[in-house]
Amino acid sequence: MLLLTIDWSFIIEKLILISVILGASLGVATYATWGERKVAAWMQDRKGPSRAGPFGLLQPIADGIKLFFKEEIIPTDANRFLFILGPSLAMLTACMASAVIPWGPSIELESGRIIALQVADINIGILYVFGVVSVGVYGIMLGGWASNNKYSLMGSVRAASQAISYELAMGISLIALLMMTGTLSLAEIVNQQHGFWENGWFTWNVAKQPLGFIIFLVCAFAELNRAPFDLPEAESELVAGYHTEYSSMKLGFYLFAEYVNLFISSAILITLFFGGYNFPFMDQVAGSVSPVVFSIICVLVLLTKTIMMILFFMFVRWTIPRFRYDQLMNLGWKSLIPLALVNMLITGAIIIWVLN
Amino acid sequence: MSAHIHLDEASIQKQTTTLNLGPTHPATHGVFQNILEMDGERIVSAVPTVGYIHRAFEKIAERRPYYQITPLTDRLNYCSSPINNMGWHITVERLLGIKTPKRVDYLRVIIMELSRIADHLVCNSVIGVDTGALTSFVYVFEFREHIYEIFEAVCGSRLTTNIGRFGGFERNFPQEAFDKINKFLEAFPRGMKEFESLLTRNRIFMERTMGVGGISAERALNYSFTGPNLRAAGVDYDVRVAQPYSSYEDFDFKIPVGTTGDVYDRFLVRNQEIWESLSIIKQALEKIAALEAADPSQKEVFYAPEADKYHLPPKEDVYTKMEALIFHFKMVMGEIEVLPGEIYSAVEGGNGEVGYYLISDGGRTPYRLHFRRPCFIYYQAYPEIIQGSLLSDAVVTMSSLNLIAGELDA
Repeated sequence: MLLLTIDWSFIIEKLILISVILGASLGVATYATWGERKVAAWMQDRKGPSRAGPFGLLQPIADGIKLFFKEEIIPTDANRFLFILGPSLAMLTACMASAVIPWGPSIELESGRIIALQVADINIGILYVFGVVSVGVYGIMLGGWASNNKYSLMGSVRAASQAISYELAMGISLIALLMMTGTLSLAEIVNQQHGFWENGWFTWNVAKQPLGFIIFLVCAFAELNRAPFDLPEAESELVAGYHTEYSSMKLGFYLFAEYVNLFISSAILITLFFGGYNFPFMDQVAGSVSPVVFSIICVLVLLTKTIMMILFFMFVRWTIPRFRYDQLMNLGWKSLIPLALVNMLITGAIIIWVLN
Repeated sequence: MSAHIHLDEASIQKQTTTLNLGPTHPATHGVFQNILEMDGERIVSAVPTVGYIHRAFEKIAERRPYYQITPLTDRLNYCSSPINNMGWHITVERLLGIKTPKRVDYLRVIIMELSRIADHLVCNSVIGVDTGALTSFVYVFEFREHIYEIFEAVCGSRLTTNIGRFGGFERNFPQEAFDKINKFLEAFPRGMKEFESLLTRNRIFMERTMGVGGISAERALNYSFTGPNLRAAGVDYDVRVAQPYSSYEDFDFKIPVGTTGDVYDRFLVRNQEIWESLSIIKQALEKIAALEAADPSQKEVFYAPEADKYHLPPKEDVYTKMEALIFHFKMVMGEIEVLPGEIYSAVEGGNGEVGYYLISDGGRTPYRLHFRRPCFIYYQAYPEIIQGSLLSDAVVTMSSLNLIAGELDA
């Protein structure tokens, strides 16, 4: 009897969705490595990967195979368990965050069944993302500490302090946004940004929370450990930072997790501030095509926006220098957190005195 | 030496850690070692080690005929080998009392200023790399490549050039070389502006470099700093002006100076010197054109006639005339004797005064030859400069001092 009460089609549907999303995020991350190299090459008047396949498209696969075949080295005095746990944790948390992103509007089938293009619409979506991302730092910390190398240790200490400081500013900048939306559910936040223009103002949150967006963006750079905040792996100072001692696929996991994180963070940024899968004139489009086609268009819109965001991250990385450790802390504690607080107060004042 | 209490390595109260910066570390461009005593990210004290690529050049030079010492000088500061080569040639010419024709001087000035540009480009773009901005590095390396192509057209090699001979050049500049120089002069300013716009007013870059790795003019003089590093501290000492060689007195150029001697000032001074070098090259080309216009036979002047003894005869003569063959053999075997004497002569190298102290006892080899290598001097000051700063500062300071292992260890 118990088995009959379980909605098997629901479970199968979710399993398929999870595999598709996981596959897609890994795929995008794989090609983000290729994209990064191409972007870097383009900015530096070079060609970039061009030998493996057309336009070097097989390069990421070749890189993956290469990493698998590399000798696996675990330093003598390293803590073996933590040394292996580090990259695994980094990869796991990177993949987990994708669960709450609404990839497109729900599809209503003729049978009346509704298929949501979101693995889990939990009502604390943002909180979940924050939790998972915070655990991701443990991957770096454990790996760096377990390596028994001073450079790795310094990298992981930098990563930990950076993550703690910037998560605060990130959280406060989001509180202002949440005060406006009144919900923590990502699906709900996206629905509120329906279309592009409504009641004489943009519906996307970036127009409602410009300061919050900038703070969140800067913090996202820091959370991703990307230039100008790539201190944990600052190659000119710390050799390779926390993954100095790693080789083979464990190194691959760290590098790959970074790109998965890049993809997920971009998707979350788009979801929170750039309307997620919403696009201008979507109501007119929805009226003229079938629901399934419309959903596919929405997913493509979200992917396009996400890729543009990823490109933005890459352009910044290849343009500007890196902060110094104390400057990073100054920026986080003395500029971003006060700014985020001010933003929160202004938002509160507007909600109380202007909108009511 | 250091301000902290030394505790036993195993002691649990030990507050500082020892960090080996180098000898193989991405930030040490070459092989240096610095044993840093670190308090977290802050450097308490530093103990530098030298000698990882010591090749005993000064000793080797005592066993080599004069012309074979030129390739040794290539390998000192390999970012600007032509300056080292010519500094050596000028030293020997001064000892022998050879006066080089104006055209040779101007040609040398062109080559030396080109290599100064290459040297400064490497140094400044590497400051960018060490602060994390990789793109600017690739931008200017294209132009370094153009400079190497010019060297290739003149002497056949690129990095370790062995360019020129005593009294001038081994052969005349081909037209191709002049074409390439003109092309470079045309294309380079745009690239240089791009490079400067990427870094000079970049807020993060300024934060990273201002007030970092500074040294006062007094301390710099005490250490006997020279070159851009001294000028950045505010002392306008430049060998090209103080003791002109190779007709530098004919040229009109400015000596940029800084005020604080920090990394940012060094960066600006080097950038400004690149622009000055460009103007010097243009002036030199004009002067050569004027010489050739006044006297068309000048076109064939590429070495001093008095230096005939140190210049290989043309190949046709070697194969057809006995005297030429004997002379060629004698020269190649290094059996040309140099008058006894003692001389110190210096040129303005890419990163400071490159000096040659030569004692000749009249034999086929120097009795003693000492290279004054600016990097060796900068490295003495390095621990003092980085003490109390952060690890990142130490890395940027090292690249801004333009420490080159080949020159440091000799």
